[in-house]
Amino acid sequence: MKLAYWMYAGPAHIGTSRVASSFRNVHAIMHAPLGDDYFNAMRSTLERERDFTPVTASVVDRHVLARGSQEKVINNISRKDEEQHPDLIVPTPTCTSSISQEDLQNFVDRASLSSESDVIPADVNYHRVNELQAADRTLEQITRFHLDRARRRSTLDRSVTNGPSANITGISTLGFHNQHDCRELKRLPGESGIAVNQVIPEGGSLKYLKDLPRAWFNIVPYREVGLVTATFLEKEYGMPHISITPMGISNTADFITQVGKLVNVWAFALSEKRLNYKLYVDNQTKFVSQAAWFSKSIDCQNLAGKEAAIFGDATHAASITKILVKEMGIRVSCSGTYRKHDSERFNEQVQGLCDEVIVTEDHTEVGDTIARIEPSAIFGTQMERHIGKRIDIPCGVISSPVHIQNFPLGYRPFLGYEGTNQIADLIYNSFNLGMEDHLLDVFGGHDTKGVSTKSLSTGGGDINWTPEAESEPNRIPGFARGKTRKNTEVSAKRNNIPEITIDVMYAAKEKSSS
Amino acid sequence: MKTLEIPTLECETGNYHTFCPISCVAWLYQKIEDSFFLVVGTKTRGYFLQNALGVMIFAEPRYAMAESEEGDISAQLNDQKELERICLRVKNDRNPSVIIWIGTCTTEIIKMDLEGIAPKLEKQLGIPIVVARANGLDHAFTQGEDTVLAAMTHRCPEYNHRTTYQQGEDVAKHVVADVAPNEKFFDEKDKSSRCNLVLFGSLPSSVASQLNLESRRQSVSVSGWLPSQKYTELPALGEGVYVCGVNPFLSRTATTPMRRRKCQLIGAPFPIGPDGTRAWVEKICSIFGVKPEGLEERENQIWKNLSDYLELITGKSVFFMGDNLLEISLARFLIRCGMVVYEVGIPYMDRRYQAAELLLLQHTCWKMKKPMPRIVEKPDNYSQVQRMHELKPDLAITGMAHANPLEARDIDTKWSVEFTFAQIHGSVNARDAPELVTRPLRRRSDSASGCRSLSRQAVDV
Repeated sequence: MKLAYWMYAGPAHIGTSRVASSFRNVHAIMHAPLGDDYFNAMRSTLERERDFTPVTASVVDRHVLARGSQEKVINNISRKDEEQHPDLIVPTPTCTSSISQEDLQNFVDRASLSSESDVIPADVNYHRVNELQAADRTLEQITRFHLDRARRRSTLDRSVTNGPSANITGISTLGFHNQHDCRELKRLPGESGIAVNQVIPEGGSLKYLKDLPRAWFNIVPYREVGLVTATFLEKEYGMPHISITPMGISNTADFITQVGKLVNVWAFALSEKRLNYKLYVDNQTKFVSQAAWFSKSIDCQNLAGKEAAIFGDATHAASITKILVKEMGIRVSCSGTYRKHDSERFNEQVQGLCDEVIVTEDHTEVGDTIARIEPSAIFGTQMERHIGKRIDIPCGVISSPVHIQNFPLGYRPFLGYEGTNQIADLIYNSFNLGMEDHLLDVFGGHDTKGVSTKSLSTGGGDINWTPEAESEPNRIPGFARGKTRKNTEVSAKRNNIPEITIDVMYAAKEKSSS
Repeated sequence: MKTLEIPTLECETGNYHTFCPISCVAWLYQKIEDSFFLVVGTKTRGYFLQNALGVMIFAEPRYAMAESEEGDISAQLNDQKELERICLRVKNDRNPSVIIWIGTCTTEIIKMDLEGIAPKLEKQLGIPIVVARANGLDHAFTQGEDTVLAAMTHRCPEYNHRTTYQQGEDVAKHVVADVAPNEKFFDEKDKSSRCNLVLFGSLPSSVASQLNLESRRQSVSVSGWLPSQKYTELPALGEGVYVCGVNPFLSRTATTPMRRRKCQLIGAPFPIGPDGTRAWVEKICSIFGVKPEGLEERENQIWKNLSDYLELITGKSVFFMGDNLLEISLARFLIRCGMVVYEVGIPYMDRRYQAAELLLLQHTCWKMKKPMPRIVEKPDNYSQVQRMHELKPDLAITGMAHANPLEARDIDTKWSVEFTFAQIHGSVNARDAPELVTRPLRRRSDSASGCRSLSRQAVDV
């Protein structure tokens, strides 16, 4: 057992439900006790969804516990089949069903005899995988099922489309800014003459899944969901995929270059023409995206050398780290992710970009690290936003877990060229603005609140401040107060000074700035 | 008008949406200030709490998960040792006066003997450990509070009329003085001290003191509340103590003091709405042989205060999908307000504990000349939505999972969970429930009419 207050990634059945309810006309039936269908409430409120979430529970109660589900799951499957005629029903195991070891496969075999819909049980082990892995796995399962069947029935069309085309894999409901990213992703290759063959799972229809292999290649924008499917398609159907996330100027340029490479393989074979995307990238970088110009402009000079801490899922944390360091000249003291099973790749990506890497699922560890570093800004999840609030450090939210405010109505992609603009705004607004910063420094700040004594890191606190020294930090701008206070205490401790006077404080400041 | 019909209960499939009963942690940890709630179970529960409690989770809550891992499920790890390690950490970090273990589906299925382990660890750690099995196998949403309070009943000190008489009175004085000092009470001390009334149900302290006042006005003083503001101030129970519930979902808590502590239960309607509050006070008075004074005028006055709301809702129809067990009382109140109730969905209906409330519902229907609503226990949400398409109610009171989709289908909704968190008890708060109910109706009259019916699915699902 472990003591836990908060978790970054949800349980497996949430991932399965996310993929199932992203597809059109797919229904998930959870084998779960009463109250475990809160996925419906999450989707309905966060996404402000207009339609009933196609997830129901086959309720596990005392009777089920005593005698097994028997006909219950089967009845629920056939009932849903009659009521709503879904194309596919996905019986979804939860922790309860995996502990009670019910044979879901058996139910499925029996139910599919009588039902018109296809029935595939989600093959996820509750204890081994989390939300993201489960979503990844379920997407592959559904894709594989339909392609295999099409192959058996020889309805599979193996010919590639005439013009270059791509599938976008891994856009799903309740994903961080996924809807906006999807629109931007369609535009990005679209402008360079590449059609979007299909987007899965969001809004995808199962009867067209058999046409997935007609695309020239696959795009996997996020490392979290879709990579397994892309790998499967590569292995079985020889479709290459791009797993570069087009987030930030250089990543987007890399992405387009990669697209160009893949397109040219076929384009050359088909029409002996080569497409050149260099001009497109140049144009977009210079004129559509303002981010390149922004990082040159004098505003951005004020950001140079400021410190930031980053935490989130692997895709967003790695990309934002790269943007901050390479495109805006900000120093990243710490970059981290909660995707433990992807830590190797994450380490590789942020290698040399930050001072330390933290891979953990424990939010207190993240909180303490941030409190120790005291960066000027944090980029993280909703949890880091709250950590930031407690220690008076601004935070921009860059990754799930999310809150309703991370489902904006306005167009806010993180990917592509418009995404670079959005990210630049987010980053710039998170730091204290340049001129304001200087003025506060000169005039000793405009807020008269007492020194913040809130601290997340333990230790210290046994040092006395003389009253004059105590009032001195009040003249320092609010956001820098905590740090000054702490540096002073650390220095005092190191030199065995029991009481902090003004002299000690400024001596410490001199030392730390030299 | 025909004679009162006996309410018939229907029972459906139980395929409905509600919150997991462990959500009671959310309000109970705030109510009982020196407690710590430890939910023993898997990630699924933790993720629910984290999402259901939204912002509260960031405020250093006094609750946590003891998250079971694969080793716990397969019994490779020793439950007692694991819990000991975790509780020791909680004790060191937070030093609570009581740790409440919330058993979940997981602990039920793997048959973790929480009740057996608790006394051993209690001795070892020196902190009381209360075990409540608030799991989704047996209970819905608010019933979680029921399991916790029932478990706490066993921890209440023994009331002994002869020896602890003085002490009991001190407690009474303390409780009352704490919430709102009132000189009148001390004058009538002799008269009121012969009733020993303990109320059960978790309410915000301001609402609790309003109810105290309400009964003290009739010279019946409340000697204690279960739960109290602090675990260390639990009320004394025993022979000669009367107990009375303030919420309709507390049937276990009602039977436990009766059967295990020899208390006497006062079966009354619940103090929700001015009509309910009056009936509740009257019933309590009748038990103690007190003639209630000025109740009618008081009720009329409050109805008069509600007139602006009543104007809006009279004649409108409501459909309760059912998820928190407050439905019968709310339906009764709304019928008295002049609304028509088509259906009252309810997760579980204890006809004995709610008997007085059901009777009042019948009387109200008769008095207001409204049809008796259909009461559906363990409803089926899918069928309910079908029925709603036919009935076209003006308002559906429903959970979050259905609210937005129903709005998109042109049915106004009110999110039912708000009723559990809003202050709807007593006469003082009589405006809060109609405020919630009329909100969607008031909004509707202002909103642009062109954007109704926005579903992307075919509407005739």
